[in-house]
Order: sequence, then structure tokens, then C-alpha cells
Amino acid sequence: MVKDTPKVEFAGLSVRYGAKKALENVSMHLDTKGILAIIGPSGSGKTTLLKVLNRTIEYTAGVRIEGSVLLDGQDVYKMQDIAGLRRRVGMVAPLPVGLPMSIYDNVAFAPRMEGIQNRTDLDEIVERCLTQAALWDEVKDRLKDLGTKLSGGQQQRLTIARALSHDPDVLCLDEFSIAIDPVTTMRIEDMLKEMRSRLSILLVTNLVQQARRLADRTAFLLNGELVEVGPTEEIFGRDPKDKRTFMYTHGMFG
Amino acid sequence: MSTFEITRHGRNKERVQSIATALLLGVTCLLILPLASVIGLLIVRGAPALSFEFLFTQPINGMTAGGIMPAIVGTMWLVGTSLLMAAPVGVLAAVYLNEYAKDNWFSRIINLAIVNLAGVPSIVYALFGVGAFVLFMGFGTSILSASLTLAIMTQPVIIASTKQALSAVPMSFREACWNVGATRWQTIRHVVLPNSIAGILTGIILEVSRAAGETAPIMFTGAAFFLPFLPQSVHDQCMALSMHLFTISTQVPNVPPAYPYATAVVLVGLVLMVNTTSILLRIRLRRRRKW
Repeated sequence: MVKDTPKVEFAGLSVRYGAKKALENVSMHLDTKGILAIIGPSGSGKTTLLKVLNRTIEYTAGVRIEGSVLLDGQDVYKMQDIAGLRRRVGMVAPLPVGLPMSIYDNVAFAPRMEGIQNRTDLDEIVERCLTQAALWDEVKDRLKDLGTKLSGGQQQRLTIARALSHDPDVLCLDEFSIAIDPVTTMRIEDMLKEMRSRLSILLVTNLVQQARRLADRTAFLLNGELVEVGPTEEIFGRDPKDKRTFMYTHGMFG
Repeated sequence: MSTFEITRHGRNKERVQSIATALLLGVTCLLILPLASVIGLLIVRGAPALSFEFLFTQPINGMTAGGIMPAIVGTMWLVGTSLLMAAPVGVLAAVYLNEYAKDNWFSRIINLAIVNLAGVPSIVYALFGVGAFVLFMGFGTSILSASLTLAIMTQPVIIASTKQALSAVPMSFREACWNVGATRWQTIRHVVLPNSIAGILTGIILEVSRAAGETAPIMFTGAAFFLPFLPQSVHDQCMALSMHLFTISTQVPNVPPAYPYATAVVLVGLVLMVNTTSILLRIRLRRRRKW
């Protein structure tokens, strides 16, 4: 496959919380389309990697970052417009968060903060994002209800709709399925399969099989170190480059 | 013996449980006793003097007859003016401390200062008020000096209660807003404040009722012993309920015995009214809670 400029590139990225190392010299890239899954046991730095990408890590006290993160070849940490950066990176947290406002306002929040006030434009965005997040049919008749009163699975899809509402180039999902039911998980997985052809998706997951089902490429992080990154079939095959990868994907880690 | 029969150990647990419940309930009831007796005593002793006239006329004959209207009006002046000064500053400072300030030595010192200021006795604020506002800034003994003193005294409590209301809004809401590209201020303006405003107001209102009852801070800074007229501006002195109660109880001869009690009933009544508002607000807040 011919590669153009990668959508995201982590180059020699190291992150420390005080004296504790979270990431050590991680280098890898995301293509402009397709799904990159990051697998690894908890505490391996997966979430840190996402927070570095949209710079929410800066709200953590005592954090030190070395190396660089490029979005479309631009250094993320030299950008002036942090809000603009975050609009280009959609972020879905592990626990669903419906904001304490109506379903409609949840999805219209980001566009409004950007200055879009036109009702027809907002209506269009809300319908499109809720449809993409496979939630539209369930909520189209009660858009004025509180987003926080939806079920967990619905709230997670609402969160995804919100993350799509600012039209991001990269969609990051951080263990999106840990708090929701298997049926919703499957619906979201189907949605991701459908979106992979036009969006760069960074999928952090605890579920090795989820990465195997969805990802074009998979990265294995262990204690802040990038053990291996490559095509999913290679990582999950009989013969990955690193023995630890084989052990982890085959559940022999101890 | 069937499996579901209670064991001896189980029976003992049940017995200890009922003793504990009874004990805790008893102590709680003991708490209500003094409050109920205070209010009861005030009403019984003050009843002979309480009348429409008492509330709406001036004191006459060296405060041994007439009403307490100037004191009621004066208390409202003092509390209102101090609130206008203390609330905006306190709320804004709390927003900064809770939403913006990083956890460093500077913010820690400020937080420590606030906690300590809340514990300073009110007579100390009174002395400070005399030095700073009455003398140094030349406001004289006036509503302005007294309100400023009250404002400084209530400030730390307003900051503390506002911070508490703000931190009741879950962190995940803020993170969700930042993630979609909202700035800190947009997040505060559209998510944090709308969901904490009732709590903030509750805190401020409770503070009002405390300020209404304070005597020391206003005694030397703006409250008058007796004034035959109502204040026209913040540069006038005024009478105040708490001060008036002190005066007619200890300083003036031949006051009818019901008068101090009736004054106290009015003061307590005002405070209770304000507190009730705050409780109603809190009930409304709980009902409108969006998560």
C-alpha cells in the first residue's frame, strides 16, 4: 500500500507523571483512513497516548512530555488554537458521559461553541451525527429529553455522536465498550467498520478480540513501551516479531 | 432447627442495632430541644410588645416606647450593601480557584488564607474595619464602612460554599466539553455554572442570614445607638436589629421587659425567613438536578 503523509505521527514520544514513566520513546503513525487498535494491559499507557494527542494531558499536574506528535504533519504542541486541535480529534471516553442538557443540545454543543447558530445547520448536524452513531431512530421523537437520562449504551452512542459533531479527522475511542452491553458494543463496532473508509480511527481496547475483529493495524503497548506495531493479521498471527506479542494475544501473559 | 431460624449471634446483632438507633435518635432530639425552647421563650416573652405598630414605627421616649422600624430598615441596608460587595467578588474568586488555579504553592496559600479568615472572630474584623474603612479610608462610621467590614467577614464563607457547589459538578462533564473543543470559559459558562448556580445562591443566602445577626463588626463601624431618621445613602449611619437588641437590653433604663424579646423575635424571624428561602431553593435544585 502506498502511504501518503500519515494523519497522526508519534515520534519518540515519552511521557512522565512526576517520576513515573507512562510512555517511553513511542514512535508510530495513523493512516488517513482505517482503524489502528492499541492493545495492552491496563497501566501500559494507552489512555495517556490519547490524552497526549488532544492535549488534555496538560490538565494533569506534573506531567512532562518529550518527543513530538504530528497531526497532518503539524506539531500538535506548537499549535496556538487548542480548541481547534480538539475539534479535529474526536474523543470518546471509557464511561459514557451525557452532558446535563437535552439530547439535541448534547450534539449541538460543539458546533454552537464554534459559533454555528443557524437552526437548519444545527438540525442537519444533529440528525447526521445521531444517525452515524446508530442512535437516531431511538431518540428522534424525544430530542428534548435529558441526555443524562438515557441508558448507558445510549449515552455512549450519544457521546460518539457528540465526538462526530465537530467533524473530526481522527476519532479516538478509549475502551468504549467497558460500560455497555454486548448488543450496543456490536452496533458501535458495525458503525466503526462503516466509518473506517473515510475516517482515521484510533481504538484503544482491553479486548484483544475486538482489536482483531476491527483493526487494520494493531499496536501492542506494554508498560509504556511500544512492543510492536503492524498489520493486524501479523500481530495476531503465529509469528509476530516479538514473542511477548504472541503471548499476550494468545492469553499466555503472566 | 431450620436454616432460616435466627441464631444467638444474630439476635445480639439485632439488639445492639436497636440500641444504637435509639441512642442516635435520642441525641438528635436533644439538639432540637434548645432551639425549640429558645424560640418558644422569645415568642412568649415578646408577645405583649409584638404588634403592627412595633414593626412600622420609630422608637420614642428614649427607646422605651414605639417600634423598631429603623432597626429593621438598617439591617436590610447593611446586609444588602455588604452582599452586593461580597457576593460577586467571592463567587468570581471561587470560580478562579476551583476551575482555573493549578495546584501549586500560590493557590495553596490562598486556600489556606481563606480557611483561616473564616475562623477569625468577628470582633477582630470590627477592629480592622475601624482602622481600615472608618479611619484610614475616611468613610467615617457609615453604612459603607459597616458593610465593607461585613463583606470582608463573609467573603471566605461565600468562597468556600461556592467552591463546594462548583465541585459538585462532575469532572467528567468538564472533560467531555474540553474534548469537543470548548474552552475553559465556555465550559464554565455553559455547563458548570448553570448546574451549580442554585447551590451557589444557597450558600450566599445562608451567609446573608449570618451577616444579619452579627453585632460586633457593625458596632464601631456604622451602626448607631439611636437615629431619629432613616438612612438616605451608604454614607449615613443606621440602626440595626442586632445592635438595637444589645442597646435596649443593657444600655437603656426603663425599657419594657417585652421589648428586647420582641426585637429578638423579629431578628430571628428575619433569619428564618431567609434560611427558608435557601431551603426552598435547595429543594428546587434537587428536583431540577439533571444527572
